[in-house]
Formats: sequence, C-alpha cells, structure tokens
Amino acid sequence: METRTILHADLNNFYASVECMLNPELRSKPVAVCGRVEERHGIVLAKNYIAKAYGVKTGESVLEARFKCPDLVMVPPHYREYMKYSRLVREIYMDYTDLVEPYGMDENWLDVTGSTHLFGDGETIANTIRERVKFELGLTVSVGVSFNKIFAKLGSDMKKPDAVTCITPENFCNKIWGLPAEEMLGVGRSASRELKRFGIHTIGQLAQADERLLSLRFGINGLRMKQFANGEDTSKVMPSDYHFPVKSVGNGTTFLTDLHTEAEVKPMILALADNVAARLRSAHKKARGIALMVRCNDLSWREWQEKLDHPSQNAGELAGHAFAVFQQNYPWVKPLRAMAVRAIRLEDEDVTEQLSIFRDGECLRKMESVDRTVDEIRSRFGQYAIRSAATMRLDKLAKTDEEIELTMPSGMLTLA
Amino acid sequence: MAQKVYVKVNADFSEEGELRPKTITWVDGRIYEIVRILHKVRAASTKVGGCGIRYTVVIDGKERFLFREEDRWFVEGRT
Repeated sequence: METRTILHADLNNFYASVECMLNPELRSKPVAVCGRVEERHGIVLAKNYIAKAYGVKTGESVLEARFKCPDLVMVPPHYREYMKYSRLVREIYMDYTDLVEPYGMDENWLDVTGSTHLFGDGETIANTIRERVKFELGLTVSVGVSFNKIFAKLGSDMKKPDAVTCITPENFCNKIWGLPAEEMLGVGRSASRELKRFGIHTIGQLAQADERLLSLRFGINGLRMKQFANGEDTSKVMPSDYHFPVKSVGNGTTFLTDLHTEAEVKPMILALADNVAARLRSAHKKARGIALMVRCNDLSWREWQEKLDHPSQNAGELAGHAFAVFQQNYPWVKPLRAMAVRAIRLEDEDVTEQLSIFRDGECLRKMESVDRTVDEIRSRFGQYAIRSAATMRLDKLAKTDEEIELTMPSGMLTLA
Repeated sequence: MAQKVYVKVNADFSEEGELRPKTITWVDGRIYEIVRILHKVRAASTKVGGCGIRYTVVIDGKERFLFREEDRWFVEGRT
C-alpha cells in the first residue's frame, strides 16, 4: 500500500484565540472563556497561554480560576463566532484536499496524499496552511504530518502554538516511543491506568507489549492499541461531506434552579424529548429505546434505559416512556440539577413495523401528521413558533437561544 | 490606539460581478473618494481584530486598509 500523507491540524486554544483575535486589547492579558455562572455553567471552557501560565485549567470552576489568577479576564462564549471561524478554517483546508474530516470544532484530519504533486510534500502543505490561517484569519494552528491519523494527531500535540511536526516511518520510533502511552489517541484514562499496572508506561512499551496479555485484558482494543503504537493505523480520512451513522440522539440541560417535584420534572422531560423527536424525524430515524440521565445537586448522576415495544419518533411517546423510567427509578433522595433524554437503538423510519392488535393505527397516523405539521411550522417560523402547552412556562430551563449543532469527535473507519 | 470603525461604502459591481468600493463616508459625514485599489486579499486585521477581504486603497494620497467583513465594511481608525 502506498504511504499516505495525513495532516492533523489543531487550532490552538480555539475559543480564547478567537476572542483575542476579535478584541486585540485582550491579547496581552490572561483570558478565559467561561460558561455563564447564572446558568450554572460556570466553568473554564478555554484559556489563552498567559492564563495557562497562571495554572488556569480547562474544566475548572470560575472561582478556582479566579483564585489562581485574580486579574483573569473572563469572557462569555460566542459560539456563532467559533462556528464561523471553524468553517473559514475548513475552507482553507479544502483548497488542498476534499478529504477533510472534523474532530470537534477545532481539529481536522486532512489526507493530502493525492495533492502532493500539486502543492509539495506534507510538510510544505502544512506550513502553507499554517501561514494562511495566521494571515487570513489571525489564528494559529499546530499541524502534525504523518503516514496515519493516530501519529498525525500525536504530532499536532507535540509542538504548540503555530508549529509543524513531522512523524515519518523512519523516525517515529525515536520521536514518539518515549512519550507516555496516554498521549496516544485510543488509549483512554482507564486503559492507561490498567496498562501501568502491567508496567506499560510509554508508547514504545505498548508497541512491544505481549499480544496475548493485551488481548486478554483489553480484547480487540488491546490489539488495536498495539497496532496504533507501531504505526499500523489504517483508518481513513473521510470526505468532508461524509456523515457518520447516527447511533443515538440526545438532549440535556442544566436547570437554572434545582427541581424538587415530579410536577416540575414532567414538562422538562417533554421539552427535552420534543427536541430529540424533532431531530430523529429530521434524520429519518425511529428509536427502539430511551435512556434518561439525571444529575443530582451533589453532582452524582445515574442513567437508566428502557426498550420500547414499538419504534417511535413522537415527542409525547418518548417523553411518556422517559417519565415512566424516571418514576420507576428515581427515589427523590436529592433535588435534581440536570437531566438528559437520549433516543437509542435507532432504526430507519421506513422499516416495516410489526402491527399490534393493541395499537391504534388511526391514532398513530394522526400523531405523525401532527409531527410533520409542527416540523413545517418550525422550519418556516422558528423553533419556538409552536410548543407544547406544558412547556410554555419553563422558567427553570436554561436559555437555549444559542443552540448550535457541533460536530463532535467522530469514529474511525478502517481501510478496506 | 487603533479602533475598528464601521463605515458606509459606495461600491460598484462590474459586469463580471467584481465588487469595487468607490467612496467611504467617515463617521463625521465627510465622503472620501477611493482613488485606486492597489491590492485585494483575504486577511485578518492585526490592529483592530476581525477578518475579511482586505482592500489596500489610496484615499487622499495615502494607503489605507478597507475590510469587507461579510456584509459590512470597516477601516482601522485611530483615536
């Protein structure tokens, strides 16, 4: 097989960089993009390098960050701007290949194997992209260049900001085998802990580990980790218009104040299920199962699942099942802080359904007709043009006027 | 210190669909003619933030940057 040229481009401190680019006065100050405290999302989402030097970390609370850095400038997130710049950066990538696969909003893989005769080798293309992103958009990007996706990603993490790192079949043993195993994509936190128990600390040790041991402890994933460490990852970079198959559709929210009664919970579940059902219909899917996650006010959480007798994409039906799951399982030991409803076991909506003597077909057809009408009204007049009466007075639901679909980390496909 | 100043722009579209700014109206109402367009490139404004299509134009005998940021125009003003 021909050696591929894969780039992984990672925008440095993306949210914070966009804020500093849009407002140059922030550039010389420690800056953190933080969720809104009043909506109980008061954590650090991103920070610039100056804030990082103070020890400010992504994911910590606003209070902790302020304690470490009293002069920290906190700015609220502007997701529309982040979406805009994410799209503009991708447009630059698309000048070099149509194989641009997003991994979150700020990372992309590019397969430029077919473009090297036009634009130069991988390193040249990476440097051109880096310069263009800086000049045209005022943002910096770190690029890893390698012969597979795993090593390209590793490369983009090695030198930051505004840098290019090349990992070749000739130098990868010297360059990365000494790095901690958990730095490699595919080795999660718990796998890393488990590997350390067997004395496997580095990528090099993982590459040379006993296959039987890995297989016994981690199954197929153990063998995959070893392959990755040896540079044998064959996963493809998918075309930019490729959509990974939908496995579940979920929607969750943190309430503005805690919920204490079932009467408060019911409309919340309906509001969440309404969003899930609409997205199911837009994806032409039906759910055969429902999952409900609740988070208590001490931040502990639980999730329950239920199988549905009939596949559904109707908000009322999904909400009914989710609420029943809640009633059966939640003992009301603590007030609720957050909740999420997820449609699982998805199947295509046109799959023939087994009829039931107890199900009213006429009623089902009417419900589907109502759903279609609701979708049409929303597509023409906006998300809140029509709502269920029970959800009209949800003052505890955090505002969702900036609802944005994000492309979250995708799966990995293996070359045939 | 530089400041982002959004301005009103009078522009022409050529038969080929090319957009050519002709005049800008400053915040005090004065109208300045764009004598020449020297260069056009997608670029970020390092002085005032934001990015767009950057026109290097000659106004009143001096070179200035004029940015088209989506549907609005701005210049790098001084305070």
